[in-house]
Amino acid sequence: MISISGLLGQAFAILLALLLAPLLSGWVGQCRAWFQSRTAPPLLLPYFMLQKLFNKDVVLAHNASSLFRAAPFVIFGCMVLACAIVPTLSTDLPFAPAADALALVGVFGLARIFIALAGMDVGTAFGSLGGRREMLVGFLAEPALLMVFFTLAMIAQSTSLVTIVETLAYRELVIYPSLAFAGIAFTFVSLAENARVPVDNPATHLELTMIHEAMILEYSGRHLALIEWAASLKLYAYSCLGLALFFPWGIAPGDNFFALVAAIPLLMFKLAIGGFLLAGIETVNAKLRIFRAPEFLGTAFMLAVLGLLVRLLLEVRV
Amino acid sequence: MTSSIPLSAQLINLFAAVILLLGFAMLAQRRMLSLINLFALQGFCLFLATLVAAVTTGQVHLFYSAGLTLALKVLLLPWILHRLVRQLKVKREVEALINIPTTMLVGIVLVMVAFNVALPISELSHTITRGTLGIALAVVMLAFLMMITRQKAISQVVGFLSMENGLFLAATSATYGMPMVVELGIALDVLVGVIILGVFFFQIRDQFDSLDIRHMEKLKDN
Repeated sequence: MISISGLLGQAFAILLALLLAPLLSGWVGQCRAWFQSRTAPPLLLPYFMLQKLFNKDVVLAHNASSLFRAAPFVIFGCMVLACAIVPTLSTDLPFAPAADALALVGVFGLARIFIALAGMDVGTAFGSLGGRREMLVGFLAEPALLMVFFTLAMIAQSTSLVTIVETLAYRELVIYPSLAFAGIAFTFVSLAENARVPVDNPATHLELTMIHEAMILEYSGRHLALIEWAASLKLYAYSCLGLALFFPWGIAPGDNFFALVAAIPLLMFKLAIGGFLLAGIETVNAKLRIFRAPEFLGTAFMLAVLGLLVRLLLEVRV
Repeated sequence: MTSSIPLSAQLINLFAAVILLLGFAMLAQRRMLSLINLFALQGFCLFLATLVAAVTTGQVHLFYSAGLTLALKVLLLPWILHRLVRQLKVKREVEALINIPTTMLVGIVLVMVAFNVALPISELSHTITRGTLGIALAVVMLAFLMMITRQKAISQVVGFLSMENGLFLAATSATYGMPMVVELGIALDVLVGVIILGVFFFQIRDQFDSLDIRHMEKLKDN
């Protein structure tokens, strides 16, 4: 069942994720700077950042427990697993049977719980504030994400991501109106989950507004490096998920080596476009008040439910 | 194409879904000008859906009604409303009667009701696009909801016009359009209605210094 080429492809996909993820973050930062007519930071800035942080010593608070030290590794591991499950280059993934779309939501949820606990662990005011806000956003975003997956699962008759992508990419072209709803809902959820502008600002340290940054204020050195890397991996995983579900063309079928090689530049091209659009969304939108975030995510949930309903009404019978 | 649904029906379904999506966007919109723009966009989707139906079936009067939709609902009515908003200087809705997330949830329930109600009715129809009947009914219900929850007179008029969009979609999807006389009559009625309501807006504002129609519930000055 598991072939050597499949294993190699899987290992290559994970390696590519680890290498490309900081580049994607750097690219989004650069596009944002262009849109806001600032001088753009270098494209490779996240790599320099990681190198700097890995070379620095770790400073721990006196009352930090072992959970505080373990959390960065758990979060990083979760994000690598997520990148391994999402079909990025080919659909021949030996890891894929381990987790379907619903388990993927669980993997993201696990990382979220650990980062929130770690934020509360030291007992600073900001940490617990960030942890609470993260859980508020998370518990609203998760049902919307699940609804998106349910819509796709109804189209593909399976919750396995590989099957969904194969159904959408290789069957004849059919217009699914429900996918439009699901796609918009997924965009909303991705913005919220990746601490992007309408909900959170990745570049802020203003105590009234920050969510993600508030939780990781106490981290330093290699722990911070792992968390930053995990954050860019999360962005990469969500981008690849969005591309695989809504623009699946070009992902290599099975273990076709040449298609796999051809998929790499296409993936990078699609990611570059996606990052550009993300920076555009972040520029034209203002950050919402934290109490408006439930409204934003409620809209996402509503759109996902509508997608499900439209699927039932328009596409199933006839 | 060997799929069970022909491409034209898929396109009409897609446009119908976008019309429903815009109905929800209008329900959530607080700014007056964006509301009118969304209404114009909804009209444009309706025009495209009618056009696709016209090309597929080759019925001449559908072309006429598509043209009528484009002229009236995409160009003329939004233009009149824009002008009204500018002259009356209304920028945004004061808080609606129910807050927006609750309105959205009520909207989803309405969509479910509409889909279920429309299911047996659409079985009677034999057109390729009968599935959109449920969506059309849902758009009508959402427009009703908007008219009930909004306080400003202009957003109620937009709700009324959006309801007409829903009815038009229902007519196109279930029976390939109404007879030309009926359609012309409705279109002119809507146009005249908006013009008269525009005059009313000025009267309301002169009388109460506000477009909030709740002032009209009081019968005497106090």
